[in-house]
Amino acid sequence: MVQIISPAEAAAMIKPGNRLAIGGFLAVGAPETIIDAMVENGNKDLHIIVIASDWEDRGVGKLVVNKMVKSAQVSHMGTNKAIQAQMNAGEIDIELVPQGTLMERVRAFGAGLGGILTPTGLGTIVAEGKQIITLEGKDYLLETAIPSDFALIKAHKADKLGNLTYRKTARNSNPIMAMAGKITIAEVDEIVEIGELDPEEVITPGIFVNYLILAKEN
Amino acid sequence: MALDKRAMIGARIAKEFKDGDYVNLGIGLPTEAANHIPEGINVIFQSENGLLGAGPKPPEGQEDKDMINAGGGYITCIPGASFFDSATSFAIIRGSHIDATVLGALQVDQEGNLANWLIPGKMIPGMGGAMDLVTGAKKVIVAMEHCDKYGKSKILKKCTLPLTAKGKVNLIITDMAVIEVCAEGLYLREIAAGLTLENVIQATEAELIIPERVNTF
Repeated sequence: MVQIISPAEAAAMIKPGNRLAIGGFLAVGAPETIIDAMVENGNKDLHIIVIASDWEDRGVGKLVVNKMVKSAQVSHMGTNKAIQAQMNAGEIDIELVPQGTLMERVRAFGAGLGGILTPTGLGTIVAEGKQIITLEGKDYLLETAIPSDFALIKAHKADKLGNLTYRKTARNSNPIMAMAGKITIAEVDEIVEIGELDPEEVITPGIFVNYLILAKEN
Repeated sequence: MALDKRAMIGARIAKEFKDGDYVNLGIGLPTEAANHIPEGINVIFQSENGLLGAGPKPPEGQEDKDMINAGGGYITCIPGASFFDSATSFAIIRGSHIDATVLGALQVDQEGNLANWLIPGKMIPGMGGAMDLVTGAKKVIVAMEHCDKYGKSKILKKCTLPLTAKGKVNLIITDMAVIEVCAEGLYLREIAAGLTLENVIQATEAELIIPERVNTF
């Protein structure tokens, strides 16, 4: 069953060394309430799996600025100078992953796959050290699944079974991250009773969700 | 870049689109193309953060915090738009469902290689969606200034920066020329009005193949 918890309770579950798949794209659709609770809680030595390192004062950028992140798998860091400075200072390990590849590697973990084959990155430094597999005359990179301990996501509405709906471009990586967490915590704008969501509008089935948190008013 | 140059490049990019095309425009100069779509041509813009049918910027005060484009700017969507998750977005991109993508570049070379995501030791923004876009789009158009701010050619015999993708560029549109990438090399197709062939050859490090007829734009 899905439990409704406080942001502080969520932050307290996350331990040093944990791998966090966090939803959002340039902080739109990022679980800001959970992130703020983590900043307050002072979580440390985190590994984050994110599309972008967001802005220094929005989204996962806040975890970086507060030196809570020791390593990241990320596709874009151009909007956050802090992460680039920490990388140059050797304070944070970065693996840059093409965005489409990142999504499929995360999805693979959630879907019980060991990895995926993609042409993206062939002939570039992304291919270095990776196995190339040729199928019917075409080359693909073998990209392995990315595991995570927690998925921290933002959705619009949830029912008490954890079924989730999203809003506009705030959906982005959230449904993918939701599948991939050993434990998935969803921050939502509204929690409704079972039966109030039309099954046709549910994007993430509640089976993927363990905990719900109500977003702060924003 | 001067506004008239941006508009000129934008207008030339827009001529590449056919009615009904699905197009992804990169951040910066490529977005200029959206302002020059010819009358009677309907193009549907994809934004890789999860939208087909991206529309213009909303009027001030009507921004929706959940409606952004891939550059983080507020946008609207047109009738017939759809929202989807990031894996679906990149299935669209990588799976060759996008008719054309337009990207900026740091360097392009005569084998159609593109470098636009990394200057070692200097600029490390990450590739974002660029590698997938260049790998998967049916047509890859590079839009950029012909030379860098030091006046050096960005169209090279061989890229020296880390590649975004190998051999994927189809067309290069700059403030000086339109260049098609073919198996034999770079064909100079058009030069900007007011320039001579010699101007373009001088400004291009790569070998250019000059066909009998070179148009102006």
